[in-house]
Amino acid sequence: MGLYVLKRVGVLAPLLVVISFLTFTLNGLSPMDPAEVVLHAQGVPSITEELIAATRTELGMDRPLLARYWDWLLASLQLDFGDSYITGKPVWSLLGPALMNTLKLTIVSSLFIIALSIVLGVLCALREGRWLDLSVRGVSFLLTSMPAYWLAALMVWYFAVKLDLLPTSGMDSASSYVLPVAVIVIGYAGIYFRVVRSSMLSNLNEDYVLYGRACGIPERRLTMHVLRNSLQVAVSVFGLAIPIILGSTVVVENIFAWPGLGTLTVTSILGRDFPIIQAYVLVLAVAFVLFNTGSDVLNAAMNPRLRKEL
Amino acid sequence: MKLLKRLLKDKLAAASLAVVAATLLIGLFAPLFAPHPPNEANMELRFAGASWSYWLGNDHLGRCILSRLIYGIRPSVLWVLAALGAAACFGAALGFVAGYFRGRVDAILMRVCDVMLSFPGYVMTLAIVGMLGAGLANILLAFVVMKWAWFARVIRTAVMQYADADYVKFAKVLGMGHFGIMRRHIAPAALPEIAVIASSAFGSMILQISGLSFLGLGIEAPHAEWGMMMNEARSVMFTRPELMLAPGLAIIAVVSAVNFLSDALQKELDPKLAVSGKRTSVFAGGMMRGLRKKEAA
Repeated sequence: MGLYVLKRVGVLAPLLVVISFLTFTLNGLSPMDPAEVVLHAQGVPSITEELIAATRTELGMDRPLLARYWDWLLASLQLDFGDSYITGKPVWSLLGPALMNTLKLTIVSSLFIIALSIVLGVLCALREGRWLDLSVRGVSFLLTSMPAYWLAALMVWYFAVKLDLLPTSGMDSASSYVLPVAVIVIGYAGIYFRVVRSSMLSNLNEDYVLYGRACGIPERRLTMHVLRNSLQVAVSVFGLAIPIILGSTVVVENIFAWPGLGTLTVTSILGRDFPIIQAYVLVLAVAFVLFNTGSDVLNAAMNPRLRKEL
Repeated sequence: MKLLKRLLKDKLAAASLAVVAATLLIGLFAPLFAPHPPNEANMELRFAGASWSYWLGNDHLGRCILSRLIYGIRPSVLWVLAALGAAACFGAALGFVAGYFRGRVDAILMRVCDVMLSFPGYVMTLAIVGMLGAGLANILLAFVVMKWAWFARVIRTAVMQYADADYVKFAKVLGMGHFGIMRRHIAPAALPEIAVIASSAFGSMILQISGLSFLGLGIEAPHAEWGMMMNEARSVMFTRPELMLAPGLAIIAVVSAVNFLSDALQKELDPKLAVSGKRTSVFAGGMMRGLRKKEAA
């Protein structure tokens, strides 16, 4: 087990370096010179060649790529991602609070998603082929084909405008969580409940269940055994789900004017605020990789057979 | 063709296929089907309800919603299909090379894939669009950049199975060239695999591109696109919620048809599933596919 963890972490380090380098070079994709973007953002009336050259020096753009990368990496490790081109504030002072807000949304949603998918998955597996199973699967199939923002708009229109029960946007009180969380949960529970369900079903067909049944173990206790084995697979899936949800709240945040990462990123993209976009990509990619490794390690801890791979 | 025949036996799959095919055809021949030019503004018809000449009514500029819906198929579905095709070809080609020749090429390609796949898809699309600027072309480019690695990975695994098969060895002994073997013996076997994963990515990509357009990162203003139509309807969401209905239902119809077709295709092509029935569901495959779908959406 120790060796496995060591191997995983060993792979992690170079991967993180490559990811950070790719994120850094993202800037080079832009058809516009960053110096020009800064000058535009500061509202400089006439942009001359000399001015661009001066800004380039000021931003340190004339130094070799690797030197700039090294400095950027060292600074990023201390959460110093530079200053926003548009507002001039440090990126982390904008990104940090936004990340916290998005995390709040993600964590609350994830808890509901996990609870709901386990309950639905188990119920549907135990009643496979009956109407509960069929209707839940049918509805979830439809819901996964539904654009999240469309569902969000419908829910805002109905619950916030027509019934006037919940706030339409912002994050002022606990009730502001209801609609965004509901939209995220509806979108994802449909996927993850299928995972739990099929895991339960494949376990229910195992020999040990048949044996247990033959020995006269009560059905309820048998279900608990199966549940424990099925959840093992679900753990890795849920571990991966969290960074995925973290990255995909963009649309929901925008609809509900949630002051989180998604809203910040879209504003930054429209304003070409490169440092923020860069920091956003780096933070989420690193989170993704870390969660990925974490859930693999957790899985290996629970299932020794998996440790042999790699 | 045999596959198509079998697919058509399943009524729901046949219906889904019909929906997808009809959508593609209508989009391709949009000028023939659209009753009005999609960008023709008619201010006196603002927010007009359904009528005989405007079946689905008019939007905030008095444009024909039905025509915009029909023209919207092009960016929302056809262009996505094109990007998917490009990613699939590129990824499949590399996957073929990696899986067939193995060795150093394979090792390098797979490390590149590892890195590409370690970026969460949606974030990377946003990043590329953020750097290159908003626009349909950039989103499509981001799709190709993000998806090829995934195709390459799956195709490589599929090709590896066949590359060791006896009939391939036999063909080698007979002096058949690498290219000929790939074309004659491996490609036909791996093609269904490509079809399955491509179709499973298609639905999520449609959702994603309309989502980006909805955020204002996609196609530019006067053009019709389903996400864009909803973005425009959003400003009058509280007074005219019905404007959201048509494009939303169009997306749901197409995406659920595509998803259903992809499920049916997978069931048809996976003999293991067909023999043992629904009980032993392809757990890993289904799970990863579901994940992929959602990662994108």
